[in-house]
Amino acid sequence: MASKKLLLEHIDVPGINTYDVYRQKGGYSSVEKALKSMTPETIVEEVKKSGLRGRGGAGFPAGMKWSFLAKPDGVPRHLLCNADESEPGTFKDRYLMEKIPHLLIEGMIVSSFALGANVSYIYIRGEYMWVSFILERAIAEAKANGFLGKNILGSGYDLELYVQVGGGAYICGEETALIESLEGKRGNPRMKPPFPAVKGLWQRPTVVNNVETIAAVVWILNNSGDDYAKIGVGKSTGTKLISASGNIKRQGVYEIDLGLPVDEFLNSDEYCGGMANGKRLKAVVPGGSSVPILPAELFYKTANGDARLMSYESLADGGFATGSMLGSGGFVVYDEDACIVRNTWNFTRFYNHESCGQCSPCREGTGWMLKVLHKLEHGQGSIQDIDLLWDIQRRIEGNTICPLGDAAAWPVASAIRHFREEFEWHVKNPKLCMERNYGLLESTKKFELVS
Amino acid sequence: MALIKVTIDGIETQVEEGTSILNAARSIGGKIVPPAMCYYSSLKGSGGKCRTCLVKVTQGSEKDPRPMPKLVASCSTNVMDGMVVENTASQEVMDARKSIVEMLLINHPLDCPVCDQAGECSLQDLSYEHGLSTTRYEFERRKFDPIDIGDHIKLHMNRCILCYRCLMVGDQLTNEREHGIIGRGDHSEISTYLEKSVDNEFSGNVIDVCPVGALTDRTFRFKSRVWFSKPLNAHRECTTANCSGKSVLWMSENNVLRVTARKDQNNEVTEFICNTCRFDKKEVKNWVIEGPAHISRDSVISQNHYELPITHKYKALENTAKPQ
Repeated sequence: MASKKLLLEHIDVPGINTYDVYRQKGGYSSVEKALKSMTPETIVEEVKKSGLRGRGGAGFPAGMKWSFLAKPDGVPRHLLCNADESEPGTFKDRYLMEKIPHLLIEGMIVSSFALGANVSYIYIRGEYMWVSFILERAIAEAKANGFLGKNILGSGYDLELYVQVGGGAYICGEETALIESLEGKRGNPRMKPPFPAVKGLWQRPTVVNNVETIAAVVWILNNSGDDYAKIGVGKSTGTKLISASGNIKRQGVYEIDLGLPVDEFLNSDEYCGGMANGKRLKAVVPGGSSVPILPAELFYKTANGDARLMSYESLADGGFATGSMLGSGGFVVYDEDACIVRNTWNFTRFYNHESCGQCSPCREGTGWMLKVLHKLEHGQGSIQDIDLLWDIQRRIEGNTICPLGDAAAWPVASAIRHFREEFEWHVKNPKLCMERNYGLLESTKKFELVS
Repeated sequence: MALIKVTIDGIETQVEEGTSILNAARSIGGKIVPPAMCYYSSLKGSGGKCRTCLVKVTQGSEKDPRPMPKLVASCSTNVMDGMVVENTASQEVMDARKSIVEMLLINHPLDCPVCDQAGECSLQDLSYEHGLSTTRYEFERRKFDPIDIGDHIKLHMNRCILCYRCLMVGDQLTNEREHGIIGRGDHSEISTYLEKSVDNEFSGNVIDVCPVGALTDRTFRFKSRVWFSKPLNAHRECTTANCSGKSVLWMSENNVLRVTARKDQNNEVTEFICNTCRFDKKEVKNWVIEGPAHISRDSVISQNHYELPITHKYKALENTAKPQ
């Protein structure tokens, strides 16, 4: 079954990154519809009906987030687009912004209108500098054609849209750190509450949404929330961009209907095309580096034996003991030659480097985990080190200000939970582990719950 | 303002709306007060960072009795009517606190014997209370070179726990902060960029708010262990704007070894003093002595330090020091 293309429908049209071609293909019709025939309240209602969930990772319902926005008199409100896509394994927003920037601009206009924001920002990571130029050009084109600026389409609604380039910190993708960074401060996450919906940018009510979430609003307005809710499965409605990478035949960004079986996504030629070089599957990180890694035997089927689907609920089935998360859709596949210990070490190195250093467990704990993992990976570890590592991650998780601590702890926890034998093999074969990989776990292994 | 009810470790109290759990606990006092390494009552916006004050909320409020899913930082979470909080009563909290202390100590040098802060160090007290007697950390600790930031202040970044208090002093007591945090994660450090001096009338207060020995007084370093000196409350007419002129003189015989601002029962300064008072007025004749500063009986500083006899001794000293 081919998935619907809501976001990427016109992605291959030559020149779609220019205003003229985009407009020809029906672009900016949602702005016309929204500003002429809809009120902000009805737009929020439509988005609520659609069941659209935040595409940045947490999967919080977007309509609900919008309705939480405080609306005190005389205080400006802001919409921020989180384009600080830095999760290892995730590159969908980049593809969207690079190829079809006007879709994001259009989404920003209608979403800002729905939230009553007159000044909105796209916060983009510094490493995407060239994408910021693409966006700025698109904004200039939209402005020249009357879709931005004062009195858009004669509706009396004003909107200024700015692109702000970040300094290259993963932590600035956390919404309150993003706000701090946008204010010109050090990108440290804030204490919550108050939430950004009450006190965000410059202490004003603010909504922060992912690029893909905002782009999805365009289709919802062009069609309807109910139509959007028909796509997908259960509470996972609509389509999702998945950044597929790793040892598969066809890496890239795919738009799928949520609820697509993982088997089909991984093995059909329409998507990943199966494992590369005839190797066997070892493990999958289904939602970006922060989510727990799933071994092959738990990837295709949940612990209950149901087929696993690409949806928020199905991937999380079984909790962290036997499940994972959809996260931001960074789908990383490992074949039998991959070393899980090395991979965990690599992820931890990333989190250690990107921890903001504000709160103690994350600042000190990530560095500690990195050192222990470095030992294990380089054949100098002991069995006690594995237990120590488990204990450190347990002490980080849940004790930090922002979710970066959890994101650092989960990959380590899941790697030990599912691949403990491999860690032990590294300890017992200090020389061998430097030369070759452990290979596949026996997939017939009786599964035990550790956590 | 309406008072609301909150129960901490089974002790019920009433506090004003908008009070944090930590301050509610402080209003009860005693062992149930969570330790705080970064929160500082007189510095706005402090707290939430060190995570030592984590507590468990077993009942959110009267209206919504659901427990909070995670441990919360008591310094930055406000009480609700009917909230039930567990601090020392909860094994989970004590376990988490032990973890935090361990994390704070893995890169902290164990140089208490040569650290000027010893005896009045919050981290020392904290690890005495909650720390392990051994370490599970077997790697080299993070190292920085100690630097002089100005004539009066020494920075030992090795000892810093990144509580951000000194930055708030810079922001809130002075017009221009000259130091900040550079770097990120476990390689971040307090710095002034190229060791530019921190130099303004209230910069000395960073020494008092520092919970550890990262910022110490260069005019006092290595002069004496704090518990060998006798703290006396004193005041002077200070002409610097916003300076309270109220201080503690740390005496050895007739000499003023150092001057600090006064700390309240939570070991926090509420009235800050200027650098003139702190660094330049080091003679008894500059001050009007009020009497011995109260030191908790649990503190090492109170060893051999009996408040009453000292009063007599220094009152006499003050009389002779006064110009006739």
